[in-house]
Amino acid sequence: MLQHFGPQVINLLAAVLLLLAFAMLSQRRILSLINLFAAQGFVLFLSTALVAALTDQKHLYVSAAVTLVLKVTLLPWILHRLIRRLNVKWDVETLINIPTTMLVGILLVILAFNLAAPISQLAGTVTRSTLGIALASMLLSFMMMITRSKAVPQVIGFLSMENGLFFAATAAVYGMPMVVELGVALDVLVAALILGIFIFEIRERFDTLDTRHLEKLKEH
Amino acid sequence: MSAAGIAAQFAELALAVLLAPLLTGWVNQCRAWLQNKSAPGILQPYRVLAKLFQKEVILAHNASPLFRSAPYLIFGSLALSAAIVPTLGTDLPLNEAADAIALVGLLALARLFIALAAMDVGTAFGTLGARREMMVGFLAEPALLMVFFTASLISHSTSLSTIVAAIAHRELVIYPSMAFAGVAFVMVSLAENARIPIDNPATHLELTMIHEAMVLEYSGRHLALIEWAASLKLFVHMCIGLALFFPFGIAGGGDWLGLVLALPALAAKLAVGGAALALIEMLSAKMRIFRAPEFLGTAFLLAVLAMLVHVMLEG
Repeated sequence: MLQHFGPQVINLLAAVLLLLAFAMLSQRRILSLINLFAAQGFVLFLSTALVAALTDQKHLYVSAAVTLVLKVTLLPWILHRLIRRLNVKWDVETLINIPTTMLVGILLVILAFNLAAPISQLAGTVTRSTLGIALASMLLSFMMMITRSKAVPQVIGFLSMENGLFFAATAAVYGMPMVVELGVALDVLVAALILGIFIFEIRERFDTLDTRHLEKLKEH
Repeated sequence: MSAAGIAAQFAELALAVLLAPLLTGWVNQCRAWLQNKSAPGILQPYRVLAKLFQKEVILAHNASPLFRSAPYLIFGSLALSAAIVPTLGTDLPLNEAADAIALVGLLALARLFIALAAMDVGTAFGTLGARREMMVGFLAEPALLMVFFTASLISHSTSLSTIVAAIAHRELVIYPSMAFAGVAFVMVSLAENARIPIDNPATHLELTMIHEAMVLEYSGRHLALIEWAASLKLFVHMCIGLALFFPFGIAGGGDWLGLVLALPALAAKLAVGGAALALIEMLSAKMRIFRAPEFLGTAFLLAVLAMLVHVMLEG
């Protein structure tokens, strides 16, 4: 039963991950963006735990647990606190309008699928077909970072890019070595904290969270 | 083509034409319950139709023959599209004549005539409604086609009965692509049937109306036919959705017992579907007309993603 439906459910979860990446790309409100990020973490946790159960890889259970603690509870909590402290109530501003972003997103998905097709043929894992989706959700998060002008959505984009990376590692080779994985998890946590301080600093200087102000060397 | 197939074909057509107002009545009733109002009887749409058929037709002075013939054309093309969709059995004689693409074409034909008729008399409201309808239509059609293409990729055919037979009569497999296509289809159906996020079917007053703005000039039996056709359109869309995503219980070729058993299955599925539609309408708010392209663009995107996901994961 598990061996029959397991890979199919993993595929379904991968599809949901891609859907969430698109939802984040099209989201206008910061609060919903954070909730979507938490949902993405939860889907990641489910799929990692399922891969662990299917392949009997003990260390994947640990990474699933780390995902659950870090990406579903801790990081969203930090982000919620951050936007409460910053008092950001406004809608997210995008540099390109949302329908265009979505169309570019589709092109990115096609690109990612084409790139991943030869690699996934080499991989011998049960999850190899989801590699393209992992790559696509990474690229989509990257694009979210590019197309948003405010600092908080950019940070969320960065964090969700790490989600895609993690999923890609699970899909291609059943996860990275434990040391690397824990290191990356710690890095992400520290990055979230530092970027939080960084955001406060930006607002202190420019009275806004628009990172376009950082492009100029001097204040006019 | 078998005797059972021909029987199924006629039964389906009669069922669609006769039961479509009942489905509308059921949706309205569910919606009234959810809004804590006392619901009109489930037969109310039939009473409205009967009343309208008895009333005299009042035509504008400058109404052309197109205006008078449009209700019959709209009703005819929607009845034909109802005959193509497999609801009871998959062995339908008409299915060899028209596939999923032709079905989208028939729906487009109905839309074209209702928009032309709305512009025919030349009132401001009619023109406004027609333009909005065409805007919604040109965004919704590609998404609907993409949904059909995803189902066609899975079953290797664009014929609706082959699709349904392929999905219904094989071992249970989870298709992530069909989940995407299902969400896209629900969004498209809401837009095509003038339901709440895009249009409000219960309004006659606001400037935001689309469908009602187009039919303002109609009266008597013409209006009755158009109302009936609108119910039929909802019925057809719901049956397409049930056939593609929940095809269980639809009989195979030449299976008399299956045909008889398919009837209560269809009734149950329609009842659940109608209640779900009322729930969706309750939970969402009418959006500005300028947000409609974004809504339908998302539907198109989901449908394209469904195809891509199919190629990637299920190929």
